[in-house]
Amino acid sequence: MSSKVIQAMYIDDDVLMAAVKKVRQENHHIEEVYTPFPVHGLDKAMGLAPTRLAITAFMYGCVGLSVAVTMMYYIMIVDWPQNIGGKPSFSFLENMPAFVPIMFEMTVFFAAHLMVITFYLRSKLWPFKEAENPDPRTTDDHFLMEVSVHGNEEELKALLLETGATEIKVTEKH
Amino acid sequence: MYTFSNRLRLFAIASFVVGAIMVALSFMNTPGTVEEMKAMHAAHDAHGHGASHGTETHDADKTANHSDHKAETHGGESHDNAHSETAHHATDGGHHKSQADIDKHHLDQLQNKPWAAVYVAAFFFMMIALGVLAFYAIQRAAQAGWSPLLFRVMEGIGAYIIPGTIIIIALIVLSFPSLHLNHLFHWMDPDLIDKTNELKYDKLTDGKSGWLNTTAFLVRAIIYSTIWIVYSILSRRFSVKQDNSNDNSNFKKNFRLAAVFLVLFLISESMMSWDWIMSFDHHWFSTLFGWYVFASMFVSGITVIALITIYLKSRGYLEYVNDSHLHDLAKFMFGISIFWTYLWFSQFMLIWYSNIPEEVTYFITRIDDYTLPFFGMLGLNLIFPLLILMNSDFKRLNWIIVIAGIVILFGHYLDVFNMVMPATVGAQWSLGLAEVGAILLFLGLFIFVVFTTLTKAPLMAKRNPFIEESKHFHY
Repeated sequence: MSSKVIQAMYIDDDVLMAAVKKVRQENHHIEEVYTPFPVHGLDKAMGLAPTRLAITAFMYGCVGLSVAVTMMYYIMIVDWPQNIGGKPSFSFLENMPAFVPIMFEMTVFFAAHLMVITFYLRSKLWPFKEAENPDPRTTDDHFLMEVSVHGNEEELKALLLETGATEIKVTEKH
Repeated sequence: MYTFSNRLRLFAIASFVVGAIMVALSFMNTPGTVEEMKAMHAAHDAHGHGASHGTETHDADKTANHSDHKAETHGGESHDNAHSETAHHATDGGHHKSQADIDKHHLDQLQNKPWAAVYVAAFFFMMIALGVLAFYAIQRAAQAGWSPLLFRVMEGIGAYIIPGTIIIIALIVLSFPSLHLNHLFHWMDPDLIDKTNELKYDKLTDGKSGWLNTTAFLVRAIIYSTIWIVYSILSRRFSVKQDNSNDNSNFKKNFRLAAVFLVLFLISESMMSWDWIMSFDHHWFSTLFGWYVFASMFVSGITVIALITIYLKSRGYLEYVNDSHLHDLAKFMFGISIFWTYLWFSQFMLIWYSNIPEEVTYFITRIDDYTLPFFGMLGLNLIFPLLILMNSDFKRLNWIIVIAGIVILFGHYLDVFNMVMPATVGAQWSLGLAEVGAILLFLGLFIFVVFTTLTKAPLMAKRNPFIEESKHFHY
């Protein structure tokens, strides 16, 4: 199966938004959109599913809290319950206020870092990764929409030109 | 224009009347003499409860703790009884308290009960109006683009500051020792600063009498109230004038007024919290107390804005308010709930950690005698809003906000309860006739004043420069 795509270049984000809506209306599949900055509402116009990153962060936070509680409980209460300056180390609850700063920080630490790592994994970002940018201008002031070709190529080209594309290029998707 | 629905008005009046009757009954049920008190207690014990609140149930450890503290910090100087600790001090070797003294103290606490209940509820509703005024001034000074649609709601709630502060001032005047009506503010007792009174003279109270004396107290109360009332009236006036003006001069005046008010508010609110709340425990002090009280009033105020907005929206007023506005309010409820907890914990943990006797008694009395309200408040004010308002979708659902709002408001009522009651009624507390009655009484008054004010101007601030942005606000 051929995997031809059309890359249409735009120079304005409003035009791009209108084009995305139009192309979706005509039932063409938008492979990808490259923009130099976040375009508000683009994900909705493209029909992308909402992110679940916040949910993972919540769970990571719970893990961090559990780690902190287990650690403090084991070290301070179970393993060696010393009397340090009269702090009550008889039970976790009695000494809890002293542990709260650590519990809080660990929760935030786990939630933040693991969420960031999840983000990197899910968006396949790492050092030395080869850039996937089809045109370097899309990091500066151009917007690029990639539409997969099924059937009539000329008709799709005409449609994209109609939406205000400034350049159109047909390539093989690698 | 909003019309006050008859059902709501009826509800407000009924709430006020029922509350007033309940409070009156609780005043009548208060024992007048020690003999009456003992008779009532005997009757109570016969019913099988009452013993749980008895001071006798405290274990020996705590008693020893209190005795040590007293002996250490105040040495041999004659010293008045720190409220609610009568029974402990009775075992104190250095201070022989007769049974009659203990009974008298016990009676004072019981007689304080309805007064304290009214004071807590009065302060709670005043605090809501004050929190809303602060929020409103911040929205004005920050030139927020999302909130102008809600300005009239905030102005309506802010109008309660007038009756609210007047009632507080009246309660303060009624507490003056010259009237002999109650013992709410213990430091007002003239015997405490009377050097010739060997039995009751209290050096610590005397040392603070430069700040804590009835004249200055009343003058300060009037100054704070004036600042808040003047702001609520002026900002409302400029806001309504702006509706029919040709330029933005009223808007600009309101902007400057808000900036000035915020400065004055921070000062007056802080001092108000020392006077109207912290002075109940006049031997105790805390530096972040003003901010702590502020966080409590701020989150309650924002919650009430959200609840009234939802109510008005459901009645078909507030055409342009959408779920994004509610989302923003809910975010504030969420964030300020956490901010409140941060301050609560900062205050608690620092005192718990260092455990300095003259500071820690504040929390010892609360943890011993108010275990459930003291820690239950954390569940209501932190854990519940934290978990339920964390979800972005939930913050757009009316019923979630209403439930979270009611829980937060009850939690902050308990917060004020925990601040006032231990020093005024000690272990004699309950959430009974007087407390519920006082809440109903002020709830009725609050609804009546707020919704009457809402009928007096269009619910949308027409010519506000940001109103278009607010109408199209979308998050």
